[in-house]
Amino acid sequence: MAALGTAALICALLTALYACGSAVVGVRTGRPALVVSARRAMLCIAGLCALSVVILESAYLRSDFSIALVAQNSSHSTPLFYKLTAMWSSQPGSLLLWAFLLSVYSSIALYATRQKLREIVPWATAVLAFITAFFLTLMVFFASPFHTLANVPVDGNGLSPLLRNPAMLIHPPMLYTGYVGFSIPFAFAVGSLITRRTGAEWIRATRRYALLAWMFLGCGILLGALWSYSELGWGGYWAWDPVENASLMPWLFGTAFLHSAMVQERRGMLRTWNVSLVMGSFILALVGTFLVRSGILNSIHAFGASTLGVPFVGFIALCTLGSVALVVSRRESLRSPHRLDSLISREAIFLLNNLVLVGMCFVIFWGTFFPLISEALTGTKASVGPPWFNRYTVPLALVLVLLTAIGPMLAWRRTTPARLVRVLRWPLGVALAATALLVVATPAAQSIPSLIMFGGVALVLAAVGREFARGARARRAGTGEAWPVATLRLVATNRRRYGGYLVHVGISLLFLGIAASSAFVSQRDVRLRPGQTARVGNSTVTYRRADVHLFNDPSGTGAALSFGAVLDVRRGGRHIVLRPAHNLYAANAPGEGTFGRFFDGESTSEVGLRWGLTANTWTAIQPDLSILAKPVALADAKFAGAPPRFQAAILNAMAQMYLVRAPAATFRVIVFPFVTWIWLGGLMLLLGALIAFRRPPRKRREPARAPSRRPSRERELAEVPA
Amino acid sequence: MTVVLALLALSALVALVVSGPLTRGAALQAEAEADDRRAELEAAKEAKYRELADAQLDYKLGKVSVADHQATERELQAQAVQILRELDDLR
Repeated sequence: MAALGTAALICALLTALYACGSAVVGVRTGRPALVVSARRAMLCIAGLCALSVVILESAYLRSDFSIALVAQNSSHSTPLFYKLTAMWSSQPGSLLLWAFLLSVYSSIALYATRQKLREIVPWATAVLAFITAFFLTLMVFFASPFHTLANVPVDGNGLSPLLRNPAMLIHPPMLYTGYVGFSIPFAFAVGSLITRRTGAEWIRATRRYALLAWMFLGCGILLGALWSYSELGWGGYWAWDPVENASLMPWLFGTAFLHSAMVQERRGMLRTWNVSLVMGSFILALVGTFLVRSGILNSIHAFGASTLGVPFVGFIALCTLGSVALVVSRRESLRSPHRLDSLISREAIFLLNNLVLVGMCFVIFWGTFFPLISEALTGTKASVGPPWFNRYTVPLALVLVLLTAIGPMLAWRRTTPARLVRVLRWPLGVALAATALLVVATPAAQSIPSLIMFGGVALVLAAVGREFARGARARRAGTGEAWPVATLRLVATNRRRYGGYLVHVGISLLFLGIAASSAFVSQRDVRLRPGQTARVGNSTVTYRRADVHLFNDPSGTGAALSFGAVLDVRRGGRHIVLRPAHNLYAANAPGEGTFGRFFDGESTSEVGLRWGLTANTWTAIQPDLSILAKPVALADAKFAGAPPRFQAAILNAMAQMYLVRAPAATFRVIVFPFVTWIWLGGLMLLLGALIAFRRPPRKRREPARAPSRRPSRERELAEVPA
Repeated sequence: MTVVLALLALSALVALVVSGPLTRGAALQAEAEADDRRAELEAAKEAKYRELADAQLDYKLGKVSVADHQATERELQAQAVQILRELDDLR
């Protein structure tokens, strides 16, 4: 099967090269048959990549350790759920996922535009085929997923324990679907520049792909944060880690593009800006993919060093230089025929929001690559931490949330100052009242940036609420529908607008969760014996008893040993029980003792967590296993050759010994207020994006018209529904 | 050897799929010329209608003055009529 997989990848590479050449020759010589053939070739690549994915996944499921990748990232004892996800934990598997997703995306996009943009599409096809060919080249020549081993091991190394988390099943595919999705608008932007057709046509054709990529990337980032929060055991969801930052940067660019694209669609403005944003999003997506695999920057997420540094950096440089050269050479075609009518208009707010988003991205880029920059300039690798990032991103986020509120209240083209005051009056009143209430009734005033953020969030919610209410009222006035029906139909007929507003609500809730959980967190590291109690914030935590599981990990990760605790947490008359654990995974290296290997392998923290709308209680344990050091050494010396059942009995005796003696353990206890709202906001964001993604309902079919009979254009225009 | 055989088999399948359009080049050429402009104009028409609907909604929500709305609507309608004229000319 490995041979078939290898053949499929080679065939896909040859097909991609053909598609690239065929599309260019087709458009150059005016032979559409060649362009159609290139489109079909992309479909074939999708099929060949799908075949490769199926072959590799089936090798994981069958524990076929003759394939090196399977031996490196799976084992007989790896739970089935994690065997399926092991593919993207490796570099070649990730590349295969990239190529597969790209070929599927490309096939769909090219099929959907088969009767549109005939000048641009062939170039877009060539660009997409070229990108696919690059990833296939990496797999065929540098990092084959189907590399086989001469000596097949009896068992594999198993999946990294850190990746054994349900969020990891969908986090990488989501992230990659987001990264890959930006290839489509990038390819069409390149096509529009080459053909000098820089109007809004390419944006209309690819806007939904950009939205889809943005949505998937956003979900991937939030799932990554969830994984960090519930798996890594350090007690947070965002650490400004290089790989986290690398995923955030294209998302910020994508957010900017989705706003400025509307300005180009409606006003024909910001053409240079839009192609630059799309190109920036794609190049940053490539950088993100490279960072997660390369290990050039220290990251908790970089799973292994890469052998692909030179080709990847070369490709990123080629895309960057090519994009810049193309934009500069087409600057005349990119000149907009229109100018901004007023600074009090929706497009002006969009422009400001773009500047803030790009500014934020620049700050993150600088902070992320500062270690490399400092090393190049001074020879010393210096890095910046979360306080540095927060110093610059927090003020920008505050401006952003205010723009999020004001944008929807303004009209396109111009709004007079008097109208601005009128539309702002009510939401501003609500925001000020909410802020005053927070100052009086809560400790929110202890953190001024958080207080401003809470006020901004109240302004967004009030502004969006007002938009929905007024929209439904206007609809009711014309139709007499009931409020819920009028609201639903209002959304259904204006999906982009109201879906976008829901995204604004989601973002503001997300900001609320970040501000509250960062500024008002209560955290303590305590060392407790069973029966002892500690106070953290307004919660009391009691270590009730120790808990040990042998070959029966409650979290289902396949850990050999799990040393945990049962904690009683009381807050405000409520009682909850939490069970944090410290999982140990047997080492597979030769030279480890028969029993020692169970304690010297990798370990993970299984967090004891209770979700709540007002606060989450988060606990992690670091057990003191020193009492088992002597028994383990003794068992290694005396019972190394004992039969497996006897070995299991000895391990069980050690576990019982830990339970009975129950030494003091170190606990990290954190009470995060309103942190759940980060992910609830994410769900709202997803809902809004899905609504905006769906096409509006089609107008009723126009009656067939004879060529000689001209329709009443006024009548047709009068049918445009508001 | 197995890789070469598999590669040959897969390549033959791919060649079969991608060579299909090459045999009907002239028909595709004619289709392309007829559909291209119409599809673009239809997309432009839909976009202009959406813009008009948006402008009307903004007006109903009290975000623009009557004078501003009328000016915008006139401009958008003129652009829409121009697109409809071009569509008619293609029919």
